[in-house]
Amino acid sequence: MQMSLVIDANKCTGCLQCEMACSYEGEGVFNPTKSRIKIFPFHEEGIFVPYTCTQCDEAWCMHACPVEAIVLNKETGAKEIVNDLCVGCKVCTIACPFGTVNYNADSGKVIKCDLCGGDPECAKACPTDAITYQDANWTGYDKMKDYAAKAMPAN
Amino acid sequence: MSWTKKVLRINLTEGTCTPEPLNMEWAELYLGQRGLATKYLTEEVPPTTDPLSPENTMYMITGPLTGTMASTAGRYSVVTKSPLTGAVACSNSGGFFGNEMKCAGWDMVILEGKSPTPVYISINDDKAEILPADEIWGKSVWEADEWLHAKHQDPQLRIAAIGVSGEKGVLYSAIINDLHRAAGRSGVGTVMGSKNVKAIALRGSKGVTVNDPKAFFEATTAAKKVLAENAVTGEGLPALGTQVLMNVINEMGAQPTHNYKESVFAGASKISGEAMLEARDSDGKPNLTRNAGCFACTISCGRISTIDPQHFSVQNKEDLHPSYHGNSGGLEYEAAWALGSDTGVDDLDALTYAQFVCNEQGLDPISLGSTIAAAMELFEEGVITTEDTGGIELNFGNAEAMIKCTELVAKGEGFGLELGQGSARFCEKHGRPELSMTVRGQEFPAYDPRSIQGMGLGYATSNRGACHLRGYTVASEVLGIPIKTDPLETEGKAGLQIAFQNATAAFDSAGICIFTSFAWSLEDVAPQLDAACEGEWTVERLSEIGERVWNLERLYNDAAGLGGSADKLPPRMVSEAVTSGPAEGKVNGLDKMLPEYYAERGWSPEGDVTAETKARLGL
Repeated sequence: MQMSLVIDANKCTGCLQCEMACSYEGEGVFNPTKSRIKIFPFHEEGIFVPYTCTQCDEAWCMHACPVEAIVLNKETGAKEIVNDLCVGCKVCTIACPFGTVNYNADSGKVIKCDLCGGDPECAKACPTDAITYQDANWTGYDKMKDYAAKAMPAN
Repeated sequence: MSWTKKVLRINLTEGTCTPEPLNMEWAELYLGQRGLATKYLTEEVPPTTDPLSPENTMYMITGPLTGTMASTAGRYSVVTKSPLTGAVACSNSGGFFGNEMKCAGWDMVILEGKSPTPVYISINDDKAEILPADEIWGKSVWEADEWLHAKHQDPQLRIAAIGVSGEKGVLYSAIINDLHRAAGRSGVGTVMGSKNVKAIALRGSKGVTVNDPKAFFEATTAAKKVLAENAVTGEGLPALGTQVLMNVINEMGAQPTHNYKESVFAGASKISGEAMLEARDSDGKPNLTRNAGCFACTISCGRISTIDPQHFSVQNKEDLHPSYHGNSGGLEYEAAWALGSDTGVDDLDALTYAQFVCNEQGLDPISLGSTIAAAMELFEEGVITTEDTGGIELNFGNAEAMIKCTELVAKGEGFGLELGQGSARFCEKHGRPELSMTVRGQEFPAYDPRSIQGMGLGYATSNRGACHLRGYTVASEVLGIPIKTDPLETEGKAGLQIAFQNATAAFDSAGICIFTSFAWSLEDVAPQLDAACEGEWTVERLSEIGERVWNLERLYNDAAGLGGSADKLPPRMVSEAVTSGPAEGKVNGLDKMLPEYYAERGWSPEGDVTAETKARLGL
């Protein structure tokens, strides 16, 4: 079964545990600037919004890469960077409509979410379940259930 | 690892930024943050230094866990000699500034001397600059924050700044980072202002590593579970924030009211955490929008709130910063009691507005509210009149007067500048020093020490002046953590305070939030530090560090003339009995607890640290 990251901004407290987990998994260091997931605080609106790659099926980044350094992991559905092939041309960062592929000046390669090979650290680190890893075919399940509960006829 | 082992020393007189190695011998003995910076202070700033002179130095310091995935590990402290008390000051803040400093590669940033003109400090990893701040001098924290983000074209800058109050010499000005987190107490913002420093803007991209990652993840994951399963850190604080305490403390008759004349506040439920969840009439929204976590915090006691758009403080006031009409850092219990029950104001929106002002202009709401309350008592007694207040009818319960005073202190204007000297100086000036609820010149926090006896001993002996965050025996006396003790009894409280004070000093030196101590003991902290840091970090070693830090602070205060002679409570606390509630008839038994406390500390009957104790702790 393929899985997807599911994000519920209403549960996010902006603590950045996910960013640290991500940077540690990817770079071996606690460093939000090296995270593939970012939390955006909207101060006056009073909300924190986690954002990362949605793993598009027809991935712009993958199609744009001139050296085929972005490949599909068939098991997880993730589009993964092959570091040995990436030349750091950044075309993928331009192609991605969502901004979720970014250049890492320290390594000269791009970085993006790879779902940690099917066991995403951000979801495990999130203390409020704002980020969860769920059945890719049923990412709407919880939301549907909430609305179903509202539509439930009174006994 | 875990320490970056690098310090950035900024000399504002000379205009230099110089890297130097962290003194690791001291780090071994004092750990980090509160302990380690206090060691630097005691070595570099003579105890008799004028706090607002260029000879005072300000230390902004992280702990070894700061910047890691340990829960709450985003803290930093500001250590300096306090202009409010003359004693050692150490104010601890969350948000995202401490972790950014560590990520930029610095354990500590030292500000010494005084700049001839207003400046701000820009730190981007190794690059540090002193830059002109003329355009933001005279502006609020929030305006300075916006200007710096725009000027550096960097939305991810982390900024700590002072407001106008800190520029004008209000003695309890705070340093505010990330718009609404505060290094709040003892006037650390005033010291920053005295150096002509408006802000520090940080950007770090280096990251933080730990010594033994596998052990670290095991220890921090286990410790997070302890927090999640604890009734206070897993339920009470997430649900209602620090305001979870308002109704609890009021019901046990320890809610300071009307400048501590009373200990039960009739309007408490109207300004409580529960009230923050109730939908209001005007727009159907509650005061609370959502919880906010500081960096790495899995508790999330922080509140994001709005003010009722139809409240007089904001309605039709288009010149206010837009945040007053939107969301910002909401009401905390310490602000709610000081600006609320102590002044007799039971208007939730007035308090939220005043809290926003404290954040925007960098004020300690505890000292502010307490000072306004003392002025209200003086006003009602006829000692001061509208001639002194600039026309303000300063009666208890007058929300508009409380707000007017807050605005005046925030801008250091007129009567506000007089209130800005704190309640000890204010009451002294008007000939009624006994009406100031202070120890070492710092205003009391939210717990009547006649109703919670151990807290009286805590206030009297607190090294930074009256404070709840130096030895929070409320945990034991009210909440039963780690064991329940009788709040009305003095017996055993000396040992209890000492245990809390020592453990707290260790927590405060590690880079984590003291709120974890509702659930964690040093048994939970030691494995996290041991995995993060080189060397062996045991419970015993941390306990000893805590005791060493406490005694070091005490020795500094002794030398500043603020030792045993300052271990006193205001006469109201020891001679005027509580008038109603569960503690009716009680006064604080400081005279019973203090000799026992001195003896158990290994101090002389006068409260001096003895040669034996010094030798035992390596001081």
